[in-house]
Amino acid sequence: MAKDLNVVGKPFRKVDARAKCVGQTKFADDIVLPRMLFCKLLRSHVPHALIKNIDVSKALALPGVLAIITGKDLPIPYGILPVSQDEHALCIDKVRFVGDPVAAVAAIDEDVAFDAMNLIEVEYEPLNTISSIEEAVLIDEPRIHEYGDSGNIHKKVSLEFGNVEDGFAEADLVREDVFFYEGNTHLPMEQHAAVAHFDADQKITLWTSTQTPHYVHRALAKVLEMPASHIRVIATPNGGGFGGKSDPFNHEVAVCKLALITGRPVKITLTREEVFYCHRGRHPVLMKVKTGVKNDGAITAMHFQSFLDGGAYGSYGVASTFYTGALQTVTYEVPRYKFQGLRAFTNKPPCGPKRGHGTPQPRYALEVHLDKIAEQLRLDPVEIRRKHLVPPNSVTANYLRIGSMGLGACIDKVVEGSDWKNRFSGWHPANRKLPFGKGIGIACSSYICGAGLPIYWNNMPQSGVQLRLDRQGGVCVMCGSIDIGQGSDSVLAYIVAEILGIDPFDIRVVTADTDLTPVDLGSYSSRVTLMTGNAAIQAADRARELLVMAVAEKLGVPIENLSLAERRVFDVENPEVGVSFAEATVLAESKFGTIGTVGSYTPPQSPGKYKGSGVGPSPAYSYSAAVAEVDVNPDTGIVVVERVWIAHDVGRSINPLLVMGQVEGSVYMALGEILMEEMTYRTNRNVVHKFPSMLEYKSPTTMEMCDVKTYLIEDPDPNGPYGAKEVGQGPLLPVPPAVANAVYNAVGVRIDEVPITPEKVLRALKDKARGRSPRYGPEDVPSVAWPDSLRVLTPAEGGDGTEMPRVAVHS
Amino acid sequence: MNSKRQIRFRLNGEDTEVAFAPHKTLLEVLREDLNLTGTKHGCELGECGTCAVLVDGRSILSCLMLGLEAEGREVKTIEGMANGSQLHPLQQTFADLGAAQCGYCSPGFLLVAEELLQKSPNPTRAEIQEALSGNLCRCTGYIKIYEAVELAAAQMRGEAYELPKESIYGLD
Repeated sequence: MAKDLNVVGKPFRKVDARAKCVGQTKFADDIVLPRMLFCKLLRSHVPHALIKNIDVSKALALPGVLAIITGKDLPIPYGILPVSQDEHALCIDKVRFVGDPVAAVAAIDEDVAFDAMNLIEVEYEPLNTISSIEEAVLIDEPRIHEYGDSGNIHKKVSLEFGNVEDGFAEADLVREDVFFYEGNTHLPMEQHAAVAHFDADQKITLWTSTQTPHYVHRALAKVLEMPASHIRVIATPNGGGFGGKSDPFNHEVAVCKLALITGRPVKITLTREEVFYCHRGRHPVLMKVKTGVKNDGAITAMHFQSFLDGGAYGSYGVASTFYTGALQTVTYEVPRYKFQGLRAFTNKPPCGPKRGHGTPQPRYALEVHLDKIAEQLRLDPVEIRRKHLVPPNSVTANYLRIGSMGLGACIDKVVEGSDWKNRFSGWHPANRKLPFGKGIGIACSSYICGAGLPIYWNNMPQSGVQLRLDRQGGVCVMCGSIDIGQGSDSVLAYIVAEILGIDPFDIRVVTADTDLTPVDLGSYSSRVTLMTGNAAIQAADRARELLVMAVAEKLGVPIENLSLAERRVFDVENPEVGVSFAEATVLAESKFGTIGTVGSYTPPQSPGKYKGSGVGPSPAYSYSAAVAEVDVNPDTGIVVVERVWIAHDVGRSINPLLVMGQVEGSVYMALGEILMEEMTYRTNRNVVHKFPSMLEYKSPTTMEMCDVKTYLIEDPDPNGPYGAKEVGQGPLLPVPPAVANAVYNAVGVRIDEVPITPEKVLRALKDKARGRSPRYGPEDVPSVAWPDSLRVLTPAEGGDGTEMPRVAVHS
Repeated sequence: MNSKRQIRFRLNGEDTEVAFAPHKTLLEVLREDLNLTGTKHGCELGECGTCAVLVDGRSILSCLMLGLEAEGREVKTIEGMANGSQLHPLQQTFADLGAAQCGYCSPGFLLVAEELLQKSPNPTRAEIQEALSGNLCRCTGYIKIYEAVELAAAQMRGEAYELPKESIYGLD
């Protein structure tokens, strides 16, 4: 019997919302400890150089300076991925980008630390720089790193599912397009900050603004050469993350080391400029996509190539590379699929995961490419998408298992809402219904709900939840997850409250403390609601079972008759027979002893078994569709996005109000990416960021934000808690290509390079007026010797998910 | 090192004396010398609006004002916005409607919104957008913030105002 839900699906406020509105929430920089020192990092001002000498003597002599450390004090490398342990807290013999830290100072206050930092003398021997994908492909020496596939190529991958050439041969049309998506950054409002404290019992505590306390914990144990049991990482509420606080960072290691040396607490708060250098944001990606289609738009084969500018370190880059090729297959049926990806090292701040990790770039390329195919085939851009959707409960050519799939409903909602049929009137300019300069465009997308595999290989759960019930009815839920503003603390409280029949505000939530909370891998890859939600259900169900057993015995009522709601445990057939929730906890503790339960979650195994199959599988996939309406001024090239209709298949809303907030926030961030945000560098020998400041790095203010019309599609997924899927990242994905397609609809030029700035629009309009190609974008991709493709038979071909034996001969 | 200077001013309705190094900004004085860490910082260069406080009822960026300039003036920070344990209507609606996601920019938005509603009790959406245009928020897309301001404004005018269903559940 399905129970009516009392909490799930209701628009409760977040459990931590009021503290945030009265200034009580303690972010990392708000922590002050007695005798606390301040840390500053000296960062390289040159992009690529050998460190010949570091002289700290003058700085150490400055009154108020307690300690200075350099690379030799922290010789052990670390990195978020086991395959890219290529970072040092402080550079040892080489700097790789402007902003790479070389020394750390601890002093009695920030001013003294700053002065000391400027007294450190570093002798550099400059090296030639690598500033772009093209240079990295062409120039092997000097190598930025001594590891990687070759020269300055970090990683090259080639995967083929089925024979794409057979697919192209079957096609009525084969089309190729080239796109470039510029890098951009998270720009969280809170600068990274951390405080380390080493106590007399030889234990160290780090409070830090991180999305991944567990991974920071692991990295610290490795680099500090201390048992993990002596290290406690407490992630403070993140003042925005968006992926930018998902790596272990230099400053986190440095303050711990300085705390160990000085025996005093040490704090660091990065300047906004330094946050730009930490980066780990969206990879710039150059892409080439070739697709074969039948006349009705059915895809016969796709070959996708991506070239990522990784910046100076590995970070999540290998995963990012695979992600640029993983999710092309989960929206429209792609029976044969080939992916080749390359990640280059360059002398820039390292790229990593930003909201949508590695997928907004290929999604933009794919959806604009599809728009061009639709035009060539004279098909409605809605129809070409709607007719060829991946069926629910299926396995894609690259072995991603799809569960619920609400994209069709998403498309229908935005098409209806935007009055698409009366506003988009075919591809011939003479038929247009909107005036020149006004346009609409559509795009769709999908995203994972957590990665199927953890970052480091293990057989343990990805998420754990522990519940403690006390004898006065108190409930404490503990979980390693960290709330970065998305509401993950609230999701835990809502789910536990639902199952135990209490109010979410009755619950104490303790999260993101490696001493107190079971491991959750962190707030990334849109994993938290699904994974912690399932773990919380398990823990709460186990607690509920103890409560009802005790209450059933007391009341003489069959267990199955008992219901938990409104802070009571009662007989559903005779509701006045029951006890209060607090009494129930007394009965349970009397019968069973102290009441504590645990729950954990491990994703289902993926059907893919080939090398490289670790990126892409997920317990569930969310779906989104968006229609954008734009106004393009042909005299200035300025694009104003007036409205976005977006529908998101969230499976089920644990809290619709928070889901709406994630959708609107995703549209906003997408708008910044498509219209203005870019990490750009002077490309002469000094590869320096052009504008590491919030004023010059343009992001949308209230004056640029568009109207958003949101539809929530609830197609519950059996793997999600109450059917819930992700919402934090997916709704960003369809917006950039929908805007690009709308710009074409408005003024007839294709801007195949993100962001769509006025300069690019004007250039394309001028070219169009001169009879040249009405397009702005890259012409081709570099010629690269790809490794032999790893070949996998598709499920439709009878494949079992493993790779075929390699053959000596290749084309 | 510069020796400290002392100032007297009204802070959140209370007479306050504080001594600090004269080069410190009001932001630094509030956070470091008065332990009022509710005022946040995003850039310390006057670019993001996060550190906004009210000085004599006007929103200013506390990172661009010297602490010394607060002498004799009335300063209000987020800690002084509620009336005792009674939240200001804006604080209530920001919390209830999800206008605070990570919450880091919220103190600045709340104080700027308070100033707006003092001057304009019934602002249009465009007026709200313009008033808040100096404050950056990376989480919300601003929409829930507009709705929270509108709802609080209606409550402060004593009007019944119900949030449209589509703001909570989306369109049908």
